[in-house]
Amino acid sequence: MTPPDRLPGSKIPASRMNFGMSRPGGNSAGPESPEEAEKKETLAPDAKIDLAKERAETGIDDVFSALDSELVGLAPVKNRIREIAALLLVDRARAQFGLSTSRPSLHMCFTGSPGTGKTTVAMRMADLLYRLGYLRRGHLVSATRDDLVGQYVGHTAPKTKEVLKRAMGGVLFIDEAYYLYREDNERDYGQETIEILLQVMENQREDLVVILAGYKDRMDSFFVSNPGMSSRIAHHIDFPDYTLDELDDIGKLMIRAEGYQFSPEAEKTFREYLDRRMKQPRFANARSVRNAIERARLRHASRLMGAEQTVGKDELTTLLPEDFRGSRVFANSDSSADSDDPLASDDSLAD
Amino acid sequence: MADTDVNGAKKKKADRWSAGVIPYAEMGYWMPDYQPKDTDTICAFRITPQPGVPPEEAAAAVAGESSTATWTVVWTDRLTNYETYQAKAFKVEQVPNAENQYIAYIAYAIDLFEEGSIANMTSSIIGNVFGFKALKALRLEDMRIPLHYIKTFQGPAHGIIMEREHLNKYGRPLLGATTKPKLGLSARNYGRVVYEALRGGLDFTKDDENINSQPFMRWRDRYLYSMEGVNRAMEATGEIKGHYLNVTAATMEDMYERAQFAKEVGSVIIMIDLTIGFTAIQSMAKWARANSMILHLHRAGYATYARQKNHGVNFRVLAKWMRLAGVDHIHSGTVVGKLEGDPNMIRGYYDTLRLLKVEKNPRLGIYFDQDWGSMPGVMPVASGGIHAGQMHDLLHYLGEDVVLQFGGGTIGHPMGIAAGATANRVAVEAMIKARNEGRDYRKEGDDILKAAAKHSRELQVALDTWGDITFNYESTDTPDVVETPTSV
Amino acid sequence: MHITQGTFSYLPDLTDDEIRKQIQYALDNGWPCSVEFTDDPHPRNVYWEMWGLPMFDLEDAAGVLAEVNACRKAKPEHYIRLNAYDASYGKQTTALSFIVQRPSEEPGFRLDRQEWHDRTIRYTLHPYVADQPHGERYNGHK
Repeated sequence: MTPPDRLPGSKIPASRMNFGMSRPGGNSAGPESPEEAEKKETLAPDAKIDLAKERAETGIDDVFSALDSELVGLAPVKNRIREIAALLLVDRARAQFGLSTSRPSLHMCFTGSPGTGKTTVAMRMADLLYRLGYLRRGHLVSATRDDLVGQYVGHTAPKTKEVLKRAMGGVLFIDEAYYLYREDNERDYGQETIEILLQVMENQREDLVVILAGYKDRMDSFFVSNPGMSSRIAHHIDFPDYTLDELDDIGKLMIRAEGYQFSPEAEKTFREYLDRRMKQPRFANARSVRNAIERARLRHASRLMGAEQTVGKDELTTLLPEDFRGSRVFANSDSSADSDDPLASDDSLAD
Repeated sequence: MADTDVNGAKKKKADRWSAGVIPYAEMGYWMPDYQPKDTDTICAFRITPQPGVPPEEAAAAVAGESSTATWTVVWTDRLTNYETYQAKAFKVEQVPNAENQYIAYIAYAIDLFEEGSIANMTSSIIGNVFGFKALKALRLEDMRIPLHYIKTFQGPAHGIIMEREHLNKYGRPLLGATTKPKLGLSARNYGRVVYEALRGGLDFTKDDENINSQPFMRWRDRYLYSMEGVNRAMEATGEIKGHYLNVTAATMEDMYERAQFAKEVGSVIIMIDLTIGFTAIQSMAKWARANSMILHLHRAGYATYARQKNHGVNFRVLAKWMRLAGVDHIHSGTVVGKLEGDPNMIRGYYDTLRLLKVEKNPRLGIYFDQDWGSMPGVMPVASGGIHAGQMHDLLHYLGEDVVLQFGGGTIGHPMGIAAGATANRVAVEAMIKARNEGRDYRKEGDDILKAAAKHSRELQVALDTWGDITFNYESTDTPDVVETPTSV
Repeated sequence: MHITQGTFSYLPDLTDDEIRKQIQYALDNGWPCSVEFTDDPHPRNVYWEMWGLPMFDLEDAAGVLAEVNACRKAKPEHYIRLNAYDASYGKQTTALSFIVQRPSEEPGFRLDRQEWHDRTIRYTLHPYVADQPHGERYNGHK
């Protein structure tokens, strides 16, 4: 079993042989994974990059058109998103020349009333960042205080970390983030969540983007109490309330998607409904529109079942004024008034 | 069920029972309207009738001879509920691109076979009929075995999952080697090969099929020295290792004695040859489950049944029988090695052995949907003329749940047996790693191996020695439906 | 001595980036991952200590890799392995398992032989570290 000086057909000297008893891989000549071999080369200073082509390759325009078709209005928000996309695209180009070095912070804060499209935009943002190469997976994990903060000592850290791990590679969207902080109780477990978040937002920028969301005024005071959080947020986007016209458009989009239409009178009634609803408490923009339509569909169905006649396609698809008039929004100018309509009595469906 | 002739015309009842010889089809074995029951066993036979025999009559004859019929009418049939017991040929299809070959589908009622007995089932289905004069040739291509009948078998003593958990080895093919030379080594030298191959990185070594207890090395001595090798290799690596101790012998008593001794000396696995017979295999499977011993089957002699395209029993049918019989490993072809095997056919065998549900797929030569219930899978073994340089093809064709046996490809390594073993292990790990990383390992296979060889002289030497060796011969057994490339 | 348990023990130690790719492969298959550590490398030591529960419903490898690194930090001289589990029907077992850290020195095993009757030998594998109690193995690292 003596090794020959040099093996037939082998370029390896026999002196280096030890019959497979070496520590496997121990004679490693250093890492040579293909990624490292093709490590990004810096472009020459006189090179040119075709930004339009880069833009087309990322497919970010699909994201913009999805935003336009899904969300009525919101022009300032959409503009901000285009700006951010442009900035990141240019950043990528700069990086190819070796101009930008570190990855930009991409954590964001979305402020605005409920139902103004913050979650939808966050999902599109995740997709956008994925297409631009700033996120590896591009999914969105949505969380509130209950998902993050524990009930007893030692409960919070694992809970928060669990959610963070699920969000890795994508966006962590924390709705009503100010509930994490309780001014009146400095030993509140929410503080622990905030500290873990801060650490991850700083040290694992490549791994996830955090988007905090909530009412503008409350987010502002949250940032005052948590300056560390404030300084880590790169982009603040404010979502304005929808105008009456926009809400009207949203409603029409929604009923069309569900295969319904307004009768000419119902169209007016719906607008009147919106006008009244906007002035009442707990108005939640697009979400209130969605609820109003869901409840109109219920009344529409009850109406058809109650009427003793045959129904055709028209009857099945057309919403009439009474399908909205039944709402307690019309019951009285006073929003707390009761209605005889059993469908209007559920408090959770105030719309 | 009405008696019908070949053309489906009614026959008068009285004629059916007149003394004398009448065609099988007229005896009721050809039933084109028959709807097979869920509990029926259905066979697909490839029939080549003698000149002048219509295919329906040939199919009916096969159904008859493999169930109730004899060559003439017997009145004692009328003492039975013969319609239950007669097999029914219900469909005949011309084989594409083959003259005078037909696939006949025949259904067998569940009561025809004893529960849990391969011997009884095969005595019916392949008992007399293969020598039948009305046929030039006959081949059993596939069987749909009803779940009801499957549930009467023990099945693999452990199966793939339990084997992996027992060995603590996951996520990659297992590696083995057959001790060479096959014959003539003394027990002490034999154990040396076991030790070297296992310490170098293989999971298993193996007795060859014709190593039993010959004058040059008696079984007990082989077991003792092999186990010294196994244990020394475990010490050297901290890994579970095994050597398939072949317990094949002349009698069941001898086999039990050898298996018992294998257990006593601490082996995790024993082996048997197909030549011991179906009943002995089932007995050993029962013993293996009762004694926590993995059971390896070498398909010695299978090609005498399986190789000819027009006659015999297709290996996929044998594979089904062996899964029912209860072995944990079975040699099933390599695609790229020195022994017979078309890639699609082998894929079909592997699916048949490993999956819980196998779908009809003519491209893979599979004639029926087969539901195995929860019966564990059998680990296929790829053995014969394979080497580290083919690792990408092996992984592509055979997948992860397989034992790759590199006999010559380990022992013939110029740096020695352990180095040969290391080369194979480095190659398989590098290929799995690359596949998991999402690389196109099939296309980049050579590059992946070359890169891995930078860290492993053993692999480099293996590639230098065998890199270009291939065995490209035309397969004799291919699916009928599609033209397939036969060489890789 | 270099114990060769696990899927990738014959390759150079995997870098974090290579580990990340393996984790991602597991996650893309829908396999939850878990991290385990031990100071007893006996091949029949099935139950290594769990570094937390298996991690379900993850999309990206970063979370798992962070746990690997947290475990490494807490247990710098233990064996650490990463497991991926396939819960699909007919599998329901480990699908991938590889070592991501080993002690700086691996003393290995002693093979004890007990001569028995008729030339048979009874073998036992004994890890040298098992001579010390837990906590005093591998340079006293807990």
